[in-house]
Amino acid sequence: MPNIISMIIKRLGLGVLTLLLLSLLIFLSVEALPGDLAETILGQQATPETVAAIRKDLGLDQPPITRYLNWLGGVLQGDFGNSLALKKPISSLIAPRIQNTLFLTLYTAAIAVPLSIILGLAVSLFRNSYFDRITNTTALAAISMPEFFVGYIMIYFFALSGYFPSMANINANTPLLDKLYLCFLPALTLTLVVTAHMMRMTRAAIINVLALPYIEMARLKGAKPSRIIVRHALPNAIAPIVNVVALNLAYLITGVVIVEIVFVFPGLGQLMVDGVKFRDVPVVQATALIFASAYVGLNLLADIISTISNPRLMRQR
Amino acid sequence: MIYLQTLLGVLVFIGVGLSAGWVFREMLVFITSRNTGKFLRTAPLTACFGMLVIAIYIICAVFAPFIAPYGEADILSGGFEPWSSTYILGTDNLGRDVFTRLIYGARNTVGIAFLITALAFLFGTILGIFAALKGGIIDQAMSRLIDVLMAIPSLIFSLLMLTIFGTSVLSLVIIIATIDSTRVFRIARAVSLSIVQLDYVEAAKLRGESTSYLILREILPNAMAPLAAEFGLRFCFVFLMISALSFLGLGLQPPTADWGSMVRDNADLISFGDITPLIPAGAIALLTIAVNFVVDWLLHRASGLKD
Amino acid sequence: MPARKSASSSSSDLLLHMKNIHIKGKSDEKWIDIINGVDLELNRGEVLGLIGESGAGKSTLGLAAMGFCRDGCKITDGSIHFDGMDMMSLSKDELRQLRGHRISYVAQSAAASFNPAHKLIDQFCEAPMIHNVMSRSQATEYAIDLYHRINLPDPDQFGFRYPHEVSGGQLQRAMTAMALSCRPDLIIFDEPTTALDVTTQIEVLAAIKDIVKEFNTAAIYISHDLAVVAQMADRIKVLLKGDEVEQAATDVMLKSPSEDYTKSLWAVREYNRKEQKKPAKTEMPIISIKNVTAGYASKLDVLKDVSFDIYKKRTVAVVGESGSGKSTTARVVTGLLQPRMGSVSFEGETLPAGYQSRSRDQLRRIQMIYQMADTALNPKLRIRDLIARPANMYLGLNGKALEERVRNLLHMIEMEPDQFIDRLPSELSGGQKQRIGIARAIAAEPSIIICDEVTSALDQLVAEGILKLLDRLQSELDLSYMFITHDLATVRAIADEVVVMKDGIVVEQGIKSKMFTPPHHPYTELLLGSVPEMDPKWLDRLLDERGKDNLGDAAIAKMRNQGLT
Repeated sequence: MPNIISMIIKRLGLGVLTLLLLSLLIFLSVEALPGDLAETILGQQATPETVAAIRKDLGLDQPPITRYLNWLGGVLQGDFGNSLALKKPISSLIAPRIQNTLFLTLYTAAIAVPLSIILGLAVSLFRNSYFDRITNTTALAAISMPEFFVGYIMIYFFALSGYFPSMANINANTPLLDKLYLCFLPALTLTLVVTAHMMRMTRAAIINVLALPYIEMARLKGAKPSRIIVRHALPNAIAPIVNVVALNLAYLITGVVIVEIVFVFPGLGQLMVDGVKFRDVPVVQATALIFASAYVGLNLLADIISTISNPRLMRQR
Repeated sequence: MIYLQTLLGVLVFIGVGLSAGWVFREMLVFITSRNTGKFLRTAPLTACFGMLVIAIYIICAVFAPFIAPYGEADILSGGFEPWSSTYILGTDNLGRDVFTRLIYGARNTVGIAFLITALAFLFGTILGIFAALKGGIIDQAMSRLIDVLMAIPSLIFSLLMLTIFGTSVLSLVIIIATIDSTRVFRIARAVSLSIVQLDYVEAAKLRGESTSYLILREILPNAMAPLAAEFGLRFCFVFLMISALSFLGLGLQPPTADWGSMVRDNADLISFGDITPLIPAGAIALLTIAVNFVVDWLLHRASGLKD
Repeated sequence: MPARKSASSSSSDLLLHMKNIHIKGKSDEKWIDIINGVDLELNRGEVLGLIGESGAGKSTLGLAAMGFCRDGCKITDGSIHFDGMDMMSLSKDELRQLRGHRISYVAQSAAASFNPAHKLIDQFCEAPMIHNVMSRSQATEYAIDLYHRINLPDPDQFGFRYPHEVSGGQLQRAMTAMALSCRPDLIIFDEPTTALDVTTQIEVLAAIKDIVKEFNTAAIYISHDLAVVAQMADRIKVLLKGDEVEQAATDVMLKSPSEDYTKSLWAVREYNRKEQKKPAKTEMPIISIKNVTAGYASKLDVLKDVSFDIYKKRTVAVVGESGSGKSTTARVVTGLLQPRMGSVSFEGETLPAGYQSRSRDQLRRIQMIYQMADTALNPKLRIRDLIARPANMYLGLNGKALEERVRNLLHMIEMEPDQFIDRLPSELSGGQKQRIGIARAIAAEPSIIICDEVTSALDQLVAEGILKLLDRLQSELDLSYMFITHDLATVRAIADEVVVMKDGIVVEQGIKSKMFTPPHHPYTELLLGSVPEMDPKWLDRLLDERGKDNLGDAAIAKMRNQGLT
């Protein structure tokens, strides 16, 4: 067992290191600006006085390392600095939005994960049947569609007829049922794309396991197909499937951004896009860091879970 | 009622598409050599359909000035004209002909996506094969660096970079090409690693062959199949990303005709029940689906799966 | 020899009757014939050996006896009767009830056939519990009993381990025990020892023979090795590309086979090279390996103080089982692996340790031929380019002279130039590809060629052809060979000197004739003794001589305890 624990600790350590490097990258990339950040922000209104004022404001007169450490220290305490465009502390902007985005993500995951695993299982059992082929082709088509396409189709078919709202306007006080109703279309949009990905990868993982010699051995021992799936295939397929799920949840993070714009959803993605439009650098840095951390975290989780569920590693004496 | 109509429409489209694809393949088999013909025959109907669509898009992109009825940025009338015989798909928010911009969009969006993919591929492949060949510290260092770069989701990273460098075509190309070359590096390296350990590469090393000979004559030719498939997949990815960025207003800037921004410009029409904004979005989807079908077929052949 | 029923079977004795079986397999959208009308009869308690080269269809036929076809195969004609039942008319459920219960299967690779997620004993008890033959506790008791009987180490605890915690030979025996869990009437052994070392194989063979005799189980023993099958079977049937060639009782088959093909199956064992003159005392060896210690990771040494010499026009066979370090020695000689200590010299001059530091001429003089012809040739290059490259690089040949040389070389390897020069490797057979590998090596006009298990992946007949070719080339071109192999029959056939390696050290070395006559180092003796001979009584004699506990891995462990290896 100690083997496993040291492996997990090593992975965690690597994850933390990656995050630190990423934060460095996110912060220092601003240094790569051709020209001065203050001038760029002010654009045509740059005069020596205004530039100096902004520089003082942003602390640009200090060396990069000090600024980075200040920023990092602040971040770890929840202080992301102030938004340039809105002149408010970023953390106040983020707090409600993070909740919303999280809600949408969990809502999607709750539908998508069970759906794709069941579908993936079903098609791999009926390999090469018409059911399999049609599902596969449909999934392939689904992952080729941009999220905004799916989103507008949803609006066209479901919102115009009045069944569902086309704008998902929620806030912290919206009761749960209303939230579920208002967010149904965006969640559905996300579900469609993510499920397609997950289902294909689950199918591939299960087919891989089913092709292994010990599965044939179980058949030759006279085991029923249900027993083969449950006792022989599943224990060895859990690791790759969990991997698939975690990777796709990570992918979900980027899909959220587009969907939030389509449905005017007050989430983190929309905040980031606005920040990019107005070149509100601190906001973009903050949101990028949050998204990146979630992404790294999910990948790390996938890594650890698949290591744990690897029977060979678990059972090392 | 709408649902039934749409369902019927989709089924008809599928039927027509698959048959047209079949006809297209038969034409290709007829005009190409025997070996290519044999190869083409293994394509399922979906891949044939895909090839047909790709061919149509390429023709649109190349011959855009000859096919489009108007100029790309010509403002012709008031905004949001309905579909008519003068303006096949109506006009957009500024009064430009939607059909024209759709055709030119093929040239712009697809062209840029192709350019970026080619660049990403060039860098990623050379670096990936090099890393696999050299092994040891060089390989480890490069892989760690690439891992860190890949640790940020690509959309987030590109948004970040675009904030800093602005949204010109040049910065767009460089940023996305860099991001994508990391993915290409990974797969080129993985493929090369499996080739490098084969005996014939070892035999070549023992002959004293130079590194460039090993890369170009021993490894690359044997890596083409999976790399070609990956090229298709990368293209889809880049293409979707550019469209997404343009949709957000951060990609190709006006007045360049681009499908992603066309969706955004005309988005308001949806609330009026007008499906015009779905057309450019559909164009994006259609090309990606087509490339994915073809890549799927190629992957199936390459791995020789009896699945 | 298991108790034999008379050859003329009364119907109650006939257990399995397969008539006119035709099986087709799908390859690239086309159906090709795998088995073309083969008959097979098996009585209770009888062991039938099924021999053939790769692609003969033996596995497919064996599986068909269970009414089972792999994905992509189907039985298109013929009938299978098991104990009076017509298997083709049974339902899926009924077939499932037979499998694992009355007919079991032992696969070639035990490591792949055990589920890594479950303990060995659980997998043993699975079949009896599915078929309601025994309760779990009864099955567990039975398992431990069997483990005792087949001499597994620590038999009481053995079953409670996981597959990856146990060695290959032990796993194979465990799989045999598992096949017995429901006391079946018929067991199908599909090449159970092919993937094992010769010394490990012995223990498995002994276990199988013992068990089959004790429980009077009928068996079909599939293999490509005639000597092995001779130990286990009462009757032998020979298959070639899906057709039956011949069938006879074992001793008849061994002494006087009727078909030419059968006679050719043990060709390699008959081939014998003329013994060469001993080198003069003052002669300089072509290659001299001096006290080489080498390894991959910093701590583990794969080779420890290895020394031997190779003289001009002589063949040194380096013999050992997997993990002995033979291939690693080759890598040190070619410069792919740099030794920690010691050196390799060529014609008296010490070679630079790494190949990158060697001169082109030094690289040229030492050439290598690989085991797997599939991976030894670049699949995208034509034969012409494959052979031309060394001639061009080392000897500076170009244009017409180069083309001449390539054709010349193709003649030398007995392949018609016009027919082969523009082909791709994928269009050639295994033996032909190996010949191209030889041509590529001699194109450089080397002094010594390292042959790394070059015949191990080939069928007997083809292997014999390769060995004859190598022999001829040796005399024509004054070559020396370092011949790496694990097969003692090959060593007997082609070597002048023999170097025996185990776990990275040279256990014994010397002239062939001396090596094959006692006294030996105990390991050499074990190795020599573990090679099956064409005598059905060989295994029984070996068991009597050495005793059950002194075979294979158990014997090696004993040697290790005595500090001999």
